[in-house]
Amino acid sequence: MTDFPRDAILVVVEAQASGELEKAAPGLFGAAAAVGTPVALVLAAPGAGSAAEAAVLGAAHVLIAETPDPSALGVPSVDALAAAVEQVQPDAILISHSLNGRDLAGRYAARSRAAISADAIGVSRDDEGVVAHHSVYGGAYNVTSTSTFGAPVITVRQGSVDARATAQPQASETLAVTPSGKPAARIDSFEEAVAATSRPELRGAAKVVAGGRGLGSEEQFALVGQLADTLGAAVGASRAAVDAGYIPQSHQVGQTGVSVSSQLYIALGISGAIQHRAGMQTAKTIVAINKDSDAPIFEIADYGVVGDLFKVVPQLISALEARKK
Amino acid sequence: MKIIVLVKEVPDTYGDRKLNLETGLADREASETVIDEIGERALELALTYADANEGTEVAVLSLAPEGATATIRKGLAMGAGSATHISDEALRGADLGLTAETLAAAIRRVEFDLVITGNVSTDGSGGMIPAMLAELLDVPLATGLSSVQISDGAVSGSRPVESGVQQVSATLPAVISITEALPGPRFPNFKGIMAAKKKPVEVLTLADLGVTADNPDAARSIMLTVAEKPPHAAGVKIIDEGDAGEKLADFLIENRLA
Ligand SMILES: Cc1cc2nc3c(=O)[nH]c(=O)nc-3n(C[C@H](O)[C@H](O)[C@H](O)COP(=O)(O)OP(=O)(O)OC[C@H]3O[C@@H](n4cnc5c(N)ncnc54)[C@H](O)[C@@H]3O)c2cc1C
Repeated sequence: MTDFPRDAILVVVEAQASGELEKAAPGLFGAAAAVGTPVALVLAAPGAGSAAEAAVLGAAHVLIAETPDPSALGVPSVDALAAAVEQVQPDAILISHSLNGRDLAGRYAARSRAAISADAIGVSRDDEGVVAHHSVYGGAYNVTSTSTFGAPVITVRQGSVDARATAQPQASETLAVTPSGKPAARIDSFEEAVAATSRPELRGAAKVVAGGRGLGSEEQFALVGQLADTLGAAVGASRAAVDAGYIPQSHQVGQTGVSVSSQLYIALGISGAIQHRAGMQTAKTIVAINKDSDAPIFEIADYGVVGDLFKVVPQLISALEARKK
Repeated sequence: MKIIVLVKEVPDTYGDRKLNLETGLADREASETVIDEIGERALELALTYADANEGTEVAVLSLAPEGATATIRKGLAMGAGSATHISDEALRGADLGLTAETLAAAIRRVEFDLVITGNVSTDGSGGMIPAMLAELLDVPLATGLSSVQISDGAVSGSRPVESGVQQVSATLPAVISITEALPGPRFPNFKGIMAAKKKPVEVLTLADLGVTADNPDAARSIMLTVAEKPPHAAGVKIIDEGDAGEKLADFLIENRLA
């Protein structure tokens, strides 16, 4: 049996249908490497498990678990995690705070009576073990948490960790998993999203241009994308813009959407409701364009423009384009 | 069909939300509390099914401080038939593990077909209670559903994940959680509010449920430090006089942001 490092941090990553690891993987290994030796558990469909990418991302050792039942939702992953923890005896378990990651963390913790530190934006180590760092109430508070004993199960907010681990030589093995036989929901079908855009991913983006109800229609919302492309930024939106059907929900920034801490955040036609601010007020530089000079977004804008976005934004785009030349 | 809907009382996101810097717990004096909106949507889903299917029983379940009666009554006024309120001083600051264990103990006491919850609360943002409940109750789990069909004996729906959208289904009994893509709640009408006053609200303590808060076998999550961050300060605000686009371009370039 393999001897695992005494300071092992178990990093759980899912292989996508494409074979690539989930997008959060580089950040998870980056976070793990700062507090111990990353050991990967790769969850994959039958025949799709590969150790290569995890090793490149920094895993000193890779355990591969191919699900015995690809249509069973969640349960095979929990069984695999239980088996991996048994072998590795890690100091902490890091999982993405994605929907699947939250299910896995929750089920595993309930099964093993482990403590959860949810939605962490970073990890550190103190004398007693691994500590999770959280940004709470929309960035108004910084909180740290840990487990009373045992390895904490830490879910890490997607896009929140910039650190990356150095590549490791590939060392891997197949994990033997005993199925728990717990009842699972079935995945009856799956429609893969086609990446229609070359724009940066919203989570973890360095720059974000976001549009709100002020864009007025789905057609006019295209202006947000034009400015984003000029700046090389990701596209965000308010909930009102999502509800109005201007853009899919995955672009929603705020309390119940994505939280961003970008270098630049440009809010177009967004009033700055408290629930929107909860997802973007930790951005470094905030720019707002709004025709209402009393809009609350101006209270947190480093640069505010009171004006009609349909006039200001086209002028901004041509000014930026002109200066690029 | 018996549906249990989990509702959580949270600080109103429209107001100032504060943490007590000594205990790290929510400062309940600082903000108004409301039913978390996502829980109202979960209840709306259950009530819509009940409206169309006679004989459906909808019960709300909430683990909340003693004073949370008003938010629980709101669930009854919307149309739930009964409510269970778990309240115990020992639950103050309960972590996810203890919360899930307590809720599971309450759910286990009744024969249920479906437990519906929101996907993530606005105060905790953990989004793990549904998964923990499914594990503890030994039933299938379908989380993050953006559409839901309930039928006799089964539940199904769309489940958006990172790389696409799954269609999932589960036999009942099951636990599901929903996203805010589901319809918002109905407003309680006068009749509903009056009727709510006569509906049963069962109040339970940990002792009633046989749960101990300080079980030495269970690891607990503890808060180590809490610090308040200063709010993002405002900078300059200009009024467009026909050249704001140019000026903003200057600002972005000067700050190396373009
Ligand atoms: C529990 C809960 C969770 C929520 N979660 C979120 C969330 O995650 N994200 C989120 O965004 N919201 C969220 N909301 C909703 C939030 O309260 C607001 O309703 C929403 O943010 C408003 O979006 P908006 O700013 O686009 O629309 P509005 O508030 O309608 O603002 C539109 C703005 O556009 C401006 N405008 C209009 N035309 C122009 C023009 N031509 N040029 C310039 N400016 C113009 C107007 O002056 C106005 O300020 C949540 C609410 C609740 C209760």
